[in-house]
Amino acid sequence: MARWTHEQIQDVVQEVYEYVLQEGLDPLETVFEIVDYETMNELAAYAGFPKRYPHWSFGMEYEYIRQSYRYGLHRIYEMVVNNDPAYAYLLESNTLVDQKMVIAHVFAHSDFFKNNTWFSKTNRKMIDTMANHEATIQTYIERYGPEEVESFLDICLSLEDLIDFHSLFIPRKSRQKPEEVQPRPTPVKLKVPRPYLDPYINPPEFIEAQKQQHEKKRQTPPPFPIAPEKDILLFLIEHAPLENWQKVILSIIRDESYYFAPQRATKIMNEGWATFWHSRIMTRYLLKDPEVIEYADKHSGVLAAPPHRLNPYKLGYELWKDIEERWNKGRFGPEWEACDDMKVKAQWDRKLGLGLQKIFEVRRFANDLTFIDQFLTEEFCERHKLFVYQYNRETGYYEIKDRDYQKVKHQLLLQLTNFGKPIIYVQDGNYKNRGELYLKHKHEGVDLDIPYAKETLKHIYALWKRPVHLETVIQNRRRVLTYDGGSHLEVQMA
Amino acid sequence: MALQIERDYQRFREIVKGKIRENLRKYMSHGEILVPRGRGVVSIPLPRIEIPHFRFDTRKMGGVGQGEGDIGTPIGVGEVEGGAAAGDQPGEHLLEVELTFEELVQILAEELELPRIVPKGKEDIYVEKERYTGIARSGPESLRHFKRTYKEALKRQLIAGLYDFENPIVVPIREDRRYRSWKVRLVPIAKAVILYMMDVSGSMGPEQKEIVRLESFWIDLWIRHHYKRTETCYIVHDAAAKEVDRETFFRLREGGGTRISSAYKLGWEIIQERFPPDEWNIYVFQFSDGDNWDGGDTETCIKLLREHYLPNVNLFCYGQVKSAYGSGDFIYHLERHLGRAENLILSRINSKEEIYDSIKAFLGKGK
Repeated sequence: MARWTHEQIQDVVQEVYEYVLQEGLDPLETVFEIVDYETMNELAAYAGFPKRYPHWSFGMEYEYIRQSYRYGLHRIYEMVVNNDPAYAYLLESNTLVDQKMVIAHVFAHSDFFKNNTWFSKTNRKMIDTMANHEATIQTYIERYGPEEVESFLDICLSLEDLIDFHSLFIPRKSRQKPEEVQPRPTPVKLKVPRPYLDPYINPPEFIEAQKQQHEKKRQTPPPFPIAPEKDILLFLIEHAPLENWQKVILSIIRDESYYFAPQRATKIMNEGWATFWHSRIMTRYLLKDPEVIEYADKHSGVLAAPPHRLNPYKLGYELWKDIEERWNKGRFGPEWEACDDMKVKAQWDRKLGLGLQKIFEVRRFANDLTFIDQFLTEEFCERHKLFVYQYNRETGYYEIKDRDYQKVKHQLLLQLTNFGKPIIYVQDGNYKNRGELYLKHKHEGVDLDIPYAKETLKHIYALWKRPVHLETVIQNRRRVLTYDGGSHLEVQMA
Repeated sequence: MALQIERDYQRFREIVKGKIRENLRKYMSHGEILVPRGRGVVSIPLPRIEIPHFRFDTRKMGGVGQGEGDIGTPIGVGEVEGGAAAGDQPGEHLLEVELTFEELVQILAEELELPRIVPKGKEDIYVEKERYTGIARSGPESLRHFKRTYKEALKRQLIAGLYDFENPIVVPIREDRRYRSWKVRLVPIAKAVILYMMDVSGSMGPEQKEIVRLESFWIDLWIRHHYKRTETCYIVHDAAAKEVDRETFFRLREGGGTRISSAYKLGWEIIQERFPPDEWNIYVFQFSDGDNWDGGDTETCIKLLREHYLPNVNLFCYGQVKSAYGSGDFIYHLERHLGRAENLILSRINSKEEIYDSIKAFLGKGK
């Protein structure tokens, strides 16, 4: 593999770093490591971390990655870990052109990690933390046995999505101790100027009714949780009857879930951003004449999508380019919106040159959801031939259903809301005053996968140890799925 | 970098093997699931093992795609990554798991609770075998025993006072050299022959042959596992019998009637000629739809079995498969006349799903 030397790579890193700063990017300190494909595949199975807790699912992931590598379907050129310093792994078999492109790509990711608001609360010592998680779980395995710990991990991993992404930023009420409920004063009679008016101003039946109402309120306990709780993992950690080690493991899974959440929430933006910058830095500074063809080949490989599929790299990249162009040419604001002369629009150029400024601003504040919501325009949708597909029960095929801009956008937003996972709350932790758990699915038009939901309910039951209910909508009917430890029940609601 | 993927990978393989065990019945009745890959390895496609999550019904979810096409253009069957615009969900890819024959045999044994085969007590089948157990003073350099040679040289130097503690260099001379040497020993060896007989008369259709093919895979696997040397031999018959190779055995289709005794006679000739029973462990597996020609042929068969086969073979297995013309009465006659014989196993295989049970019956005796 003598296509390049380590000194050459070091020089490239230094060179790219200078261009990156010059362009206004602000990456974390980034450590580069060169690894062979086996190590890369292993790292990829562990999401880039050298140490993770023991679990077979990583082994399965590894087998997938290894097979797709072996069949030449998929090759991982690089990987970056959001950590301070950031760790970047470069594949040993990359050519020098690959390495240049990939190093620029990595610096842009690193910049995104550092500067996007949604990452501002992530643990930047996650490599250490992951290693600690591994050590902790290893101790439990030694103490309680591998089967016990593994089956508990299986349960936890089944629930790992049940977090509240926004709670990193908004401290919720339920985090605090529920306030002591003040005893309500019994109804006070109004002042009466003349005693004979008393029965008219304070009618005794009314006073009596008020008294009873207050009494009733005092006797009913406050709801639990006080407000519906979206961080179901936290709720379970705090209230489920778990052993101490089980709480620790559940907290570990929750921590890791929160750590990965921003990456899931910015996949399109982040990959698009890195692609945008590697393209810009390669074509402006790094590329030498004999390298152009090879670079073009690799770059188009990054942006390629199988027919009819959407490639997040491409979508992100094209959107960033679109935003840059629109703000450079002043194609935004009420004047632009109001104009419906296509000829004028096609020529529109106010020469504002605000493109770069705008994309840096967006890179700081947006996530995929707001990114698509704000910047996916009708023109973009048409130019890139986006469409909505739907499963057709009659033919058994997925078919193109609609090319309408609003529909496309709606579908994309739906898929990005809550990471494309159903939104589920804890509604009542003491349902029917029998200590049962009542969950509610906020139905937004798409039904749950019922067999999966039933299996997941089983897992929640395993933690809660009392019957678990899930309210949802199945084919336009409100239904409650229940698992009581022995069997599943499905009840239609009135 | 010390990575630990091996630990998780091994655990995953354990789980996979468990899944294969659970579904062994299915794998046994659908041969296409097992893809042989190179020597001694099979590959088994498995669906991804999923940890259940709350998720949307992918068929109802739909998604966003990119490209040409009118409304109504089909873009894929089920394989479209449902609801995965953000690319965080893997599609429904199959995982191919490779297992060695050894691992497969283990699964087979555990699941079917098969006892180990105890070879026939023929202690007089010996083979000469060299074992390197001794040490000699001369020999080829490639067999030089370094440690012994060093020790000898050290001893000699110490005794002769040539050993210098300041400069401990040990130089062996010719006399110090020691070589590994071998002794020839007679080792008992277990040889086995598997004799397959199949009825290829008109009534045996492709499905019946598929059953035989699947059974033979598992039988071969199991018997080969227990014997160092295993031979196979294939006989087909309708009204007359002939020996064929494996390929032909499963392909051949003849018309005509059925005379099972023809195969028995040929089989016995082959045994006497090539696999003398006092040297070989003999396994006979016969498959037919049991619709034998009734001009007294069944009596001849019973006679052959009683006089030649049963006293000499480890196991005689007869599997009667059900064909389009039903299942004959050959099996009843065997049961009635020879039902007590310890090494005769009869099994009715009415469909592919029953392969599992018949294998269990055939191999369950530990013979």
